[in-house]
Amino acid sequence: MAATDVHYVRDEMAPVLPPPAASGGLLGWMRANLFSSLGNTALTLVGVLILWLLFEPLIRFALIDAVWTGANREACLGHHGACWPYVADYFSQFIYGRYPLGERWRVDIVFAAFAFGLVPLLVPSAPLKRANVIFMLVVFPVAAYFLLTGGFGMEIVETANWGGLLVTLVIAVTGIVASLPLGIVLALGRRSQMPVVRLASVVFIEFWRGVPLITVLFMSSVMLPLFLPEGVTFDKLLRALIGVALFASAYMAEVVRGGLQAIPKGQYEGAMALGLRYWQMMGLIIMPQALKMVIPGIVNTFIGLFKDTTLVLIIGLFDLLGQIQSSYTDPTWATPTQSHTGYLFAAAIYWTFCFSMSRYSIFMEKRLHTGHKR
Amino acid sequence: MSETAAMTAEAKPKMAVSETDVAIEIVGMNKWYGDFHVLKDINLKVMRGERIVVCGPSGSGKSTMIRCINRLEEHQKGDIIVDGITLTNDLKRIDEIRREVGMVFQHFNLFPHLTILENCTLAPIWVRKMPKKQAEEVAMHYLERVKIPEQALKYPGQLSGGQQQRVAIARSLCMNPRIMLFDEPTSALDPEMIKEVLDVMVGLAEEGMTMLCVTHEMGFARQVANRVIFMDAGQIVEENAPEPFFTNPQHERTQLFLSQILH
Repeated sequence: MAATDVHYVRDEMAPVLPPPAASGGLLGWMRANLFSSLGNTALTLVGVLILWLLFEPLIRFALIDAVWTGANREACLGHHGACWPYVADYFSQFIYGRYPLGERWRVDIVFAAFAFGLVPLLVPSAPLKRANVIFMLVVFPVAAYFLLTGGFGMEIVETANWGGLLVTLVIAVTGIVASLPLGIVLALGRRSQMPVVRLASVVFIEFWRGVPLITVLFMSSVMLPLFLPEGVTFDKLLRALIGVALFASAYMAEVVRGGLQAIPKGQYEGAMALGLRYWQMMGLIIMPQALKMVIPGIVNTFIGLFKDTTLVLIIGLFDLLGQIQSSYTDPTWATPTQSHTGYLFAAAIYWTFCFSMSRYSIFMEKRLHTGHKR
Repeated sequence: MSETAAMTAEAKPKMAVSETDVAIEIVGMNKWYGDFHVLKDINLKVMRGERIVVCGPSGSGKSTMIRCINRLEEHQKGDIIVDGITLTNDLKRIDEIRREVGMVFQHFNLFPHLTILENCTLAPIWVRKMPKKQAEEVAMHYLERVKIPEQALKYPGQLSGGQQQRVAIARSLCMNPRIMLFDEPTSALDPEMIKEVLDVMVGLAEEGMTMLCVTHEMGFARQVANRVIFMDAGQIVEENAPEPFFTNPQHERTQLFLSQILH
């Protein structure tokens, strides 16, 4: 047996060295990520080709071949690109629907107040959060209600005359604001120790999840009036709002329940051992963690809800998409590219809203991350 | 511990064990998980200022027993009287008991979304209705006590296991409890960190805190316990002062257990 010397004592500690410098610049990055081997180079080229095939016609249609000015269909006839003057001409109708021309300033104020309240609410470092929340949850809804419907000397505007982005936003914002708290209550109810509460929550959630939104809207607009006594009517938009809010809250409840299930038992025990009551424990310990965990799911539901608002067209409410579609019947702008242009415009608006929600949720996730960052 | 001298108003004088002052009394307690009889006829009396170490093989019911004391587990038969309050299904009484009984868990159970300071001030503010500023002073006092005041603004996820457990102890102490329950406080820690947690616990014991510890740290038991309780198969098998318990165990289960853990 060969004698090996196992005795070793380090006599100098290894020094701390700076990390290796990244192999530099755009060229270095491209070489490392796109052209590192023959196969990768081929994949990169195929990828570029696919992107080109996808986006070249879109850019050509929307920008290069597009018509930018004109007074009627004559300007766009014979062109293969988007007919933007049609969108410009109809723009205010897409936003306000058939809201009376002279009263549209009221909608503008509502939009402005909404932005004014929402932006500082979304910026974590903005001051006066409490006042801000009160403004958005109490002052704004009441003010918006009276501004939009009328009263106090303002002309009454029937909701049948509302339309376009206004209707889309009213339904989406109401649905979003109502579905989160309702969903939380339902999720807690479904996990409650009390059998009656649990059963009621399960029945509610499963009923609304088991029915398509179109059916809910149909029921609210066609069937419900049949059951109401003679002479009792309530607004079609309001019925749609309630339907959408309850529908979304059932989905929200299941998303929140997913978060609740991910909270370890130790968190409940830690909170209980300190003497916290049920609502304190839920509000201070469990919910903040559960909601943070399911932010992607919550925003997913919000985005789904936002896009589902387009379904109200089938009960005769004209949201943004409905308003755009109804403009196709106008002979002034009837051209082969009219509907393409309209749908492209609609897609751009919906995408902007949904993408913003998505980005904001990612920002919030990062901000609320409290673990050890690696 | 040198800091104990610097302790201010909250410091409790070193108390002698007095027979008249009962902190916890458990009489004929039984508990079942479904058909499984986990705790069988438990009788235990803990005096104020007494330190009791509970040991036993895993599954012997020792954790379940101390978790019954603050109603994290429900017992089905028998009586538990904590600080003169009989434990029933009455939520008000359960709250009252939980306010007076601090608990430290194996896995710390700190709230990861709150800073260390917020972890400590939460219960005093919401349960004791203490003003925030005062709660923060109390919290800093106890964080200094467990020697990590400089971590106050960090989150639990940024601390080592030993530090987290010390925060958990400080968090309990902020409620100024009269009784502390420890449920295997060092079992989830790396060997290097066990001592820093035990040091804090020894300090508490020296101040006269009533303590009920489930632990396998036999050195700790020898050093601070007034009594050692050995549990097996859901019952208390042997109970004695630490010295005779370790040197001259009577029951064969105890002998076997000790022979396996004290090598």
